[in-house]
Amino acid sequence: MNLSLSHFEAAVLFALLTSLVFGVVTKKTDKERISYGLQTFGYFLLALFGIAWAMKLGHG
Amino acid sequence: MANIAVSAPTAAPSAPFQKVVTVVALAWLLPGAGHFLLKRPIRGAILSASVVVMFAFGLLMRGAMFEWLWSSTDMLTTLIYCGGYVANNAAGVPYYLATWMGYVQPDVAGHVHDYGTKFLAGAGLLNVLAMVDAYEIVTGEKD
Repeated sequence: MNLSLSHFEAAVLFALLTSLVFGVVTKKTDKERISYGLQTFGYFLLALFGIAWAMKLGHG
Repeated sequence: MANIAVSAPTAAPSAPFQKVVTVVALAWLLPGAGHFLLKRPIRGAILSASVVVMFAFGLLMRGAMFEWLWSSTDMLTTLIYCGGYVANNAAGVPYYLATWMGYVQPDVAGHVHDYGTKFLAGAGLLNVLAMVDAYEIVTGEKD
């Protein structure tokens, strides 16, 4: 079985799983963990869209 | 005359060396198991699921496993391959199970394969974070 994800889907999946782990291992309370996990996920998405637009504009 | 109690700064309680090694080794081999052993089942389940799901997606995308490739001429190649090999091994049992069951994927061009390779290495690196977290819990540096 082969899975064929797009760039976007694969990057979002990677961001989701990584943010989960970052949230769990970094902070001390559950509230802080959820907040940090969501914040990290948001930053991943921001970087994803930012880099995607930069590449699109750079390549014309 | 009043007695003044002076308390010395308390150091984090140290765990027996054997327990530390057991927890970290278990956390490496079975992602999340160190946390289960330390009675943090929810965190253990989240870490375990994250590592295993990322590794499984890496396999489904037919990512390549890194080999220990020591190049005397190209330092960057050495760094990428040896670092990737360590990262793959850090995933523990999922990696050993996959290789034992004969998973072989040559490094071919294509974004899906490329993401798969990164997912396989990334799963191991996430497990390293889980191992460090388990170490900090068992040594009392963290709750």
